[in-house]
Amino acid sequence: MAEIIKTVATDLGHPTPLREFWSAYSANKGALIALVYLVLLAAAAILAPWIAPHSSSEQFRDFMLTPPSWLADGHARFVLGTDELGRDILSRLMNGARLSLTIGLISVIVSLIPGIVLGLLAAFYPGWLGTTIMRLMDIMLALPSLLLAIAIVAVLGPGLQNTMLALAVVGLPSYVRLARAAAMTELHKDYVIAAQLSGAGKLRLMFNTVLPNCLAPLIVQATLGFSSAILDTAALGFLGLGVQPPLPEWGTMLAAARDYIERAWWVVTMPGITILITVLALNLMGDGLRDALDPKLKRLA
Amino acid sequence: MIRFLLRRIGVVIPTFLGITLLSFSLIHMIPGDPILVMMGERHIDPEFYKLAMHNLGLDQPLYLQYWHYLVNALHGNLGLSVRSQVPVMQEFLALFPATVELSFCAMLFAVPVGLAAGMIAAMRRGKVADHGVMGIALTGYSMPIFWWGLMLIMLFSVKLGWTPVSGRIDLLYDIQPVTGLLLVDSLLAHDMDAFKSVVMHLILPSIVLGTIPMAVIARMTRSAMLEVLREDYIRTARAKGLSMARIVLIHALRNALMPVVTVIGLQVGTLLAGAVLTESIFSWPGVGSWLINAIGARDYPVVQGGILLIATLIILVNLLVDILYGVINPRIRHAR
Repeated sequence: MAEIIKTVATDLGHPTPLREFWSAYSANKGALIALVYLVLLAAAAILAPWIAPHSSSEQFRDFMLTPPSWLADGHARFVLGTDELGRDILSRLMNGARLSLTIGLISVIVSLIPGIVLGLLAAFYPGWLGTTIMRLMDIMLALPSLLLAIAIVAVLGPGLQNTMLALAVVGLPSYVRLARAAAMTELHKDYVIAAQLSGAGKLRLMFNTVLPNCLAPLIVQATLGFSSAILDTAALGFLGLGVQPPLPEWGTMLAAARDYIERAWWVVTMPGITILITVLALNLMGDGLRDALDPKLKRLA
Repeated sequence: MIRFLLRRIGVVIPTFLGITLLSFSLIHMIPGDPILVMMGERHIDPEFYKLAMHNLGLDQPLYLQYWHYLVNALHGNLGLSVRSQVPVMQEFLALFPATVELSFCAMLFAVPVGLAAGMIAAMRRGKVADHGVMGIALTGYSMPIFWWGLMLIMLFSVKLGWTPVSGRIDLLYDIQPVTGLLLVDSLLAHDMDAFKSVVMHLILPSIVLGTIPMAVIARMTRSAMLEVLREDYIRTARAKGLSMARIVLIHALRNALMPVVTVIGLQVGTLLAGAVLTESIFSWPGVGSWLINAIGARDYPVVQGGILLIATLIILVNLLVDILYGVINPRIRHAR
C-alpha cells in the first residue's frame, strides 16, 4: 500500500501548464484527430506550390472532366479527377486551402484584436462608453452573420479583401461580448484590486492583469470563429459574392461545378467534402480546447 | 407583467433604429457614385442623373435623408425596385410566403428529429448511440448546406428521380393564390395532385434548411436533458422503479424543454440566412433568392429594404420568444 502511494506520488510532481493542457487535450480522441488533420492541411496549404501535382490553373484540354484515379476511366496523373476545364482538382483544393486558411486566419485576427480592446473598454468603463459599445454589438448581432457579410459584400463588391473585411466585421460582436463578460468576472477579484491598490494604471490593469485570465474563452471562440469564417467564405464564394474565379476558392469551385451535377459527381463532391471536414475538424478542436483550457466551461460530457 | 413587457420592448427600439441606420448607410458606403454604379453607364444625361438623385433623395443633407428614410420605412414605404419599378415592400410580401413555407417545413423536420436525437443521446450517455448521434449532430452543425443541397439533388433528383430538382410546384398546376402558401392554397383548391407536387418539391429544401437547426436542437436537448437527469426528483423516480423511457418522457422532458424552446426561437436567424443559400440552390422563389438576385443586379433599394425587413423580422421573433419565455417562467419575469 505504502509503495503504491509512493510511486503515485513520484509521478505527480508539478506538471507545467503546457503539459497539463496537452494531457487534457489529447485525452479527447476526436480533438486529437482534428488537430492532426489541420496540421496536414496547413502543411499542404503552405507547401502547395511545391508539392501539388500540377498548377492550379493549368488546363489539360485532353483530360476535361476526368474521373478520380480509382475509377475505371480515371487517370493516375489526376488523383481526384479534373474539372470542366481539365484542371487538376487535387491541386486546386490544395491551393484553395491556402486561400481559405489565409482568409480565416486574417479575418479572425482582424476581429479578435479590436474585439478584445472594445470588450475590455466596455468592462472597465461601464458608463456611456460601455453601453454604447454593447448596443452597437447588439445591432450587429441582430442580423445572422452570413446575411451581414452578404450586406457588406453587396456594398463593397466581391473579392478576396472584401470577403476578409466582411468576415472580420461579422465576427467582432462575439469577441467583444466574450471579452467583456470574462473581464467583468475578473474585475472584482482580489488580485485585480491588489494590482489597482499598488498603483497600476488602467491600461496595465486591462492588458497585463485582467486580459491573460480572460484568454481561455477567447481562444476557444477564435477557433470556432475560424470555422465559421471558412464556412462563410465558401458560402459567399458559392453565391458569387466572395473570392472570384479563376482563384481556386472551395466555394467558388462548387459554384462552377453546379452545371456538371448530372455527369461529373467528383467535381461537386470533392470541394464540399473538403469544406465539411475542415469545418468539422475546427469545431472538434474548439470543443477539445474548451474542455482542456477551462474546466469550468466543460460541457456535460 | 406590463413593466416586463415595456422593458423588453424598450431594449428593442434602439436595436431597430440601429438596423435602419445600417440599411440606410448601405447606399452611402458604395464606393463611387451610387447612381452611376446602379445605372452602370458612363455617360448619363445630366437631367436624368438629377432626377435619379432626387428620386432617391440623395440631393438632401444626410440627417434629412435618414429622417425621411426612417419615416418612410415606418410607413412601410421602402422605395421602388430599380429593375421592376415595383415597391420593394410589395415584392417582399409577394415572395415572403414561399420563404415562410420553406422555413416552417424545415422546422417541421428539425424539431422532432433534433429532440428525439438529443433524448436518445442523453439516455444512452457515453454509449455508442450517444457518440453516433452527437457525431452526426456535429457533422450537421459543420455542414456547408449549399453543398449538402447539391449532393441531395444529385442523389435523389438526378440519380433516383424521386424528387424534383427545383421550384415550388410542377408548372402544369395552376393554383389560385390565397395565402401564398402553396400547401394551404392547393388544399383550398381541393387539388390533391397539386398538393402532392408541392410536398415533393418541399422535401429536399426542407431537409437542407433544417439540417443546422436540427443539429443545434439535438445538442441543446442532450445537454439540457443531462442537466435535468441529475436532479433529485429524477433519482426519486428511478428509485420508484420507473422505466428510463417514462422518466425521460414524463418527468425530465418538460423541464429540459425550456432552454430548447429558446434555441428553437433563435433559429429564425439561421433559417433566414440559410434560406438565402437553400433558395438559390433549389431556385426557390422566396426572399432569399430575391435578395441575392438584387445584389447581382445592383438593385440597391431592394438590398436595403430586404436587409431591413429580414433584420426587423428576426428582432421581432426574438422579442416574442423573450416575452413568451417570461410568460412561461415567472422567475425571468421578475428578475431585474
